[in-house]
Amino acid sequence: MQKIGVFVCWCGSNIAATVDVARVAESVKSIPGVAFAADYRYMCSEGGQELMQKAIKDYGLSRVVVCSCSPRMHEATFRKAAQAAGLNPYLVEIANIREHCSWVHKDKEVATAKAIALAKAAIAKVKLNTPLVSGESAVVKRALVIGGGIAGLQTALDIAEAGYKVDIVEKTPSIGGKMSQLDKTFPTLDCSACILTPKMVEAATHENITIYTYSEIEKVSGYVGQFEAVIRKKARSVSVDRCSGCGICSEKCPSKKAKSEFDQGLRNRSAIYIPFAQAIPNVPVIDRENCLKFQTGKCGICAKVCPAGAIEYEQEDELVTQKYGAIVLATGFEPIDMAKFGEFNYEYCPDVITSLEFERLTNAAGPTQGHLVRLSDGKKPKSIVFVSCVGSRDTTERGKTYCSKICCMYNAKHAMLVKEKYPDIDVQVFYIDVRTPGKSFDEFYRRAVEEYGVQYTKGMVGKITEEGDHLLVHASDVASGAQLSVPADMVVLATAIKPAADARKLATMLTASIDTNDFFTEAHPKLRPVESPTAGIFLSGVCQGPKDIPETVAQAGAAAVKVLGLLSKDKLLTNPCVATCNEQTCSGCLACEKVCPYGAISAEYKLVNVKGLKERRLIAQVNEALCQGCGACTVACPSGAMDLKGFSNKQIMAEVDAIC
Amino acid sequence: MQKIEQLIKEKARDLLAAGQVTSVIAWQKGEMFYDNAPGYFDNTEELDALVYNAFCAANLSKYLIANTKKDEKTAVFLKPCDTYSLNQLIKDRRVQREQVLVIGIPCAGMVDINKVKAQGLKGIIGITEDGDNLTVETAYGTKQVARAEVLLNKCLACKGSAYAVSDETIGEPMAVKHAPYDRFAVVKELESLSPQERFAFWQEELSKCIRCNACRDICPACSCEQCLFDNPESPLAGKANNNSAEEQLFHIIRAYHVAGRCTDCGECSRVCPQGIRLDLLNRKFIKDINEFYGDYQAGADADTNAPLLSFDVDDVEPGAATKGRE
Repeated sequence: MQKIGVFVCWCGSNIAATVDVARVAESVKSIPGVAFAADYRYMCSEGGQELMQKAIKDYGLSRVVVCSCSPRMHEATFRKAAQAAGLNPYLVEIANIREHCSWVHKDKEVATAKAIALAKAAIAKVKLNTPLVSGESAVVKRALVIGGGIAGLQTALDIAEAGYKVDIVEKTPSIGGKMSQLDKTFPTLDCSACILTPKMVEAATHENITIYTYSEIEKVSGYVGQFEAVIRKKARSVSVDRCSGCGICSEKCPSKKAKSEFDQGLRNRSAIYIPFAQAIPNVPVIDRENCLKFQTGKCGICAKVCPAGAIEYEQEDELVTQKYGAIVLATGFEPIDMAKFGEFNYEYCPDVITSLEFERLTNAAGPTQGHLVRLSDGKKPKSIVFVSCVGSRDTTERGKTYCSKICCMYNAKHAMLVKEKYPDIDVQVFYIDVRTPGKSFDEFYRRAVEEYGVQYTKGMVGKITEEGDHLLVHASDVASGAQLSVPADMVVLATAIKPAADARKLATMLTASIDTNDFFTEAHPKLRPVESPTAGIFLSGVCQGPKDIPETVAQAGAAAVKVLGLLSKDKLLTNPCVATCNEQTCSGCLACEKVCPYGAISAEYKLVNVKGLKERRLIAQVNEALCQGCGACTVACPSGAMDLKGFSNKQIMAEVDAIC
Repeated sequence: MQKIEQLIKEKARDLLAAGQVTSVIAWQKGEMFYDNAPGYFDNTEELDALVYNAFCAANLSKYLIANTKKDEKTAVFLKPCDTYSLNQLIKDRRVQREQVLVIGIPCAGMVDINKVKAQGLKGIIGITEDGDNLTVETAYGTKQVARAEVLLNKCLACKGSAYAVSDETIGEPMAVKHAPYDRFAVVKELESLSPQERFAFWQEELSKCIRCNACRDICPACSCEQCLFDNPESPLAGKANNNSAEEQLFHIIRAYHVAGRCTDCGECSRVCPQGIRLDLLNRKFIKDINEFYGDYQAGADADTNAPLLSFDVDDVEPGAATKGRE
């Protein structure tokens, strides 16, 4: 008979206020096998751990159940405490009576009954626990950063500076990301490119950094310390080695109908193009969909004019396979699509633009060389209206429920930039709230109002119509209760931001969690903000949630530190809760092999003893070094031959039986 | 089909006589003319008992699991629908393909004797096939019955005359003629019920179960070395016998276990002595798989990964995860 010790934690009032902890301890005492039960104010405290260790010795306990918070919090604490008292750490089970019980109930009777049921389930399970021993796995000393914007660059630079190799994979032809499209940055109004390009250059020239632009992640396998990624280097059709970046190919290219992605479609680009002047690498790509050579077979002008002979029409996508110890997601954001917001007339009025388009319009390197003009007639606007929260804080199906966080500040920035350059332009901002919680942020906003005379009106814009050669902005003024129709020559919409479209695909590939908005989920919203719940996957920048540049850079550095903590280890202890195959019942169908995400299952013909006779059968085999204990095989196995140590079918069923 | 029977006998005789195969799996005469059973033949003298007519519904593919463990070659006669089951078994590595000689035989649809009786015929002595009609000889004279009216339910969902796998074929392809039939019609009706009504339906239906295990034993997809429900080491063992609620669980678990491997051969419903519509559980899974992953026929080939055993980043996420997403 097992000697089980049950320790019920109060967690101060977190549990004890809702669960009668003394009754829980009392009621499990009568369960066969329970040799000791007690409640204690804080089991995780030194006193609590000593109580457990003393009981293990005094009562000769062979199994321990702790009724406390989620195992994510203190499972490791209690396992270590039990191990110090001479028990195998895997003979400890946690019954989560906080997150699963006291925090979700109000009625003490109900919560106590549930806590007792959870304790009984854990006791039933722990009886079947077996001692388990961890193995070791090596750590590949190389990191992969997915995304080459400011977040990815900063993370990569910090890792590289610490002496580890980093690869950056960027899907567009150049690194730089959204920040490279911005004109000035708040709250200092310094030029975005001026502060970003040194980082781009530093990354490009760093001996520890390899940059794959115009590349995407094709496949990722493996696990923490031992990931293997396949990178698809899309065919540039231009030799990176030979091209000198002179740009004559783009100049002479006859196909100039494609919209420039970098300039938000505000100007056309050639089929062979470098997205922007400071692009890294400064090597063009051929957009094959728009290239006459690729579409019709005729042309070939770029190859004729290229002095370096760098044009390679026959180039094909290349697959690079590389091993990594850690992966950082830095996939960034994009503005939401305006199609669902018909009231703003964005699609039909050229003078209704998004904030990112405005960035390009005011940028000296933009389509108008920085001259602020209307897209409809090329004239300078006399009045501009900025609209906040377009699709942000929107609880309807079409928008995003969250605050995009950066818009209040860039609205103030845009308003100020306009006033600085053109004091004669009237600027009005419509807003729900102005949110400026950041260092020097509120001062920045107040400058816009007080020094530059930007008119801020609290109220939402309901509709934008065209009235002759100008626009009419129909809005409410919450302060006066008046309905306004404000004439404007230009309207700028502060569109909500959303995670980049491929975040979802990557999340699936990496088994990294995402939330309902497709932002990557952190391991703990407060205490582990740059780690994904999947070991070895880290988060940097807006892919985790809306952020401005200072926050992004800070978080990017934090992600790098976490990566370095991992890469600096030579070995990781593996999880001993791995799958195991029962040769007697395995039918060899290998459903397990097909669903295994880690390639940990193989098959072999073996002689199996069946009722005294030897039978040659195909049997599945688990490579324990590769198995990560996800349990997919145990679910796929129809005969129940696959089982997971520490979470065996019998243990799970015992838990269910104890509850029902 | 009498002609086909003759061809099968000749083929079996040739194969056994020449020693090309050690045994032949086909059908043998039952006690009554309508209860033909699966039969093993390992010498030519036994072949007189071999039979092939409108009462050879049994799917023979599953018997090859045991046979191909031996170091010998077996010939099997399979109707078009049976070949799907064999193909699935090959895919699941339960049958060694190289040890089987698959001979495809045509089928005009198998007959349900109970449907013949339900036409008001008593004292049935024998039935002969006559094109689209059956001539039923009774103690009170002979009667004509349209074959389409008395087909087994499983034949109404006929997969056609093509063989999913075969080494040789005998005879010309035949068509199974019947009125238009939607195999998912009842599933759709059940889907439209409230959860309470649906639960009541299944409680009623599954309460008829006597746990004879005929459905499991006949099922070619139920091919485990040892069934979970027979394994004393399994936490499920015995549970399904404990009370009626857990007995119902047996059928639900079985349906899950064969999901993606069930070819919809219909044998489970055919052999159920209690007439439980087990095919509905399987067809619900098939319908869901078709809707989520595109039309899929288990056993159509022996190579591709089944939708439930493969994973693609573009896979749909059924349920709440996709609600309200752009």
